[in-house]
Amino acid sequence: MSAGFRHNHLLSIRDLDRDDVNQILDAAESFIEVSRRSVRKVPTLRGKTLINMFFEASTRTRTSFELAGKRLSADVVNVSSSGSSVSKGESLLDTCKTLEAMRPDLVVIRHPASGAPAFVAAHIGCSVINGGDGSHEHPTQALLDAFAIRKAFGTLSGLKVVIVGDILHSRVARSNAALLGRFGSEVRFCGPRTLMPAEAAALGVTVYYDLKEALRGADVIMLLRIQKERLEGPLVPSMREYSRQYGVSQRHLELASPRAIVMHPGPMNRGVEIHTALADSERSVILDQVEAGVAVRMAVLYLLTKEVRAQTPRQAASDAG
Amino acid sequence: MNAPGQTVLDAEAIARTIRRLASEIIERTRGMRSATTLCLVGIEQGGTPIARRLAEEIEKVEGRAVPVGGLDITLYRDDAASALPDPKVGPSRIDFTVEGADVVLVDDVLHTGRTVRAAIDCLFDYGRPRRIWLAVLCDRGGRHLPVAADFVGKHVQVPEGYALDVVAEGTAADRAVLRVWRPSEAPGGVRP
Repeated sequence: MSAGFRHNHLLSIRDLDRDDVNQILDAAESFIEVSRRSVRKVPTLRGKTLINMFFEASTRTRTSFELAGKRLSADVVNVSSSGSSVSKGESLLDTCKTLEAMRPDLVVIRHPASGAPAFVAAHIGCSVINGGDGSHEHPTQALLDAFAIRKAFGTLSGLKVVIVGDILHSRVARSNAALLGRFGSEVRFCGPRTLMPAEAAALGVTVYYDLKEALRGADVIMLLRIQKERLEGPLVPSMREYSRQYGVSQRHLELASPRAIVMHPGPMNRGVEIHTALADSERSVILDQVEAGVAVRMAVLYLLTKEVRAQTPRQAASDAG
Repeated sequence: MNAPGQTVLDAEAIARTIRRLASEIIERTRGMRSATTLCLVGIEQGGTPIARRLAEEIEKVEGRAVPVGGLDITLYRDDAASALPDPKVGPSRIDFTVEGADVVLVDDVLHTGRTVRAAIDCLFDYGRPRRIWLAVLCDRGGRHLPVAADFVGKHVQVPEGYALDVVAEGTAADRAVLRVWRPSEAPGGVRP
């Protein structure tokens, strides 16, 4: 029996030990089942309020958190930066204080500044979930990726995981490296030198600049979006150039392990980082990732909302039955 | 009053009780259902092995398989967000339709009735059963809610605060015994 989930916030994968991760993924298994029923709702978080604060554009993460909250019967409010008081010059702290006065139980924050969710958590009296902050972390994405990987291989240990693309700006790569490294999988970063962060080696990953070398024997091939807006700048000469060197297609699978799976956190640019046939192939678990996203976020909301009350087994036994 | 540490039903008595419950279920439900719509749903974790064994006994008599499912009611508890130090959510497994079905809900021990309330709510999220009966191996009294079982294996008197549990001896379900525990001695401490 594990010691229970003892966190008030989910800010970084680094705060979670293996037990915490396993607990979230195990709970998510049950929530997958809830999402497949005809009535996709359980009463668990009735009367709780979840505020989604998105200071950056997002479709899948915001929708995923919103559905996760609603399927647990929480009241969900979405706030986006455009058209809100934020665009009128309110500071992040004042926005938080204002929202806190409305007494939410959970706040999800996506923010372009690394560390913004931690700042909010220090100044607000409810649970804070990092929905992606700058180029720092995206913990629920790493957890849902872990869910999909565990489903495919039955384990998170001893795997070779290649993450290809714009590592420099990727919070997904950082969170995944932290999580999979913790379970003893080998994480490889692959991309052009201009898109590789200086601290890559410090994350415990191996850096490759050659795609074919990186893919050798890989169990998991995780592709990151190349942001078109950045592509024509000084970091990458052209989209076609990037695609020729780092775009992954089905023929690359020959280099990988025969059981390799292909993942993408989305949104994907077909024909740039991933060839369209590969995205739709049997090896692709991209849509499984999306399904896992709702379940994993339900698990996180559920585990963070439990008010852990010290209770003796005796009281519990008399309450049961 | 049953004493702490006492075995209320041993493995053989449980087997006998299940056979009796099965024939009661057949008899009492026969006129009220078409044989094809009967299904058994156990409340995880204690109820499901008993539901499975009831289904085997019913199949022996009626000659047709009875679908068995399991409900995990953790998410439907009235204290889901507050009560247990570490409530583990498990998956529910109902791979048949409960819409219009005659369902026998099965649990090992009936006590406060809160679990049954949660199980009925949960079941309705899978569809609208035509009818729900409740079968329990053991009724220990002490209800907090107006809930009654239709089929009871044994009535037991246990002091408040004491645990009454089905304890597996070995791995096979038919080697389980029902035992009374002092609060401090209950195996695993907490039973959801």
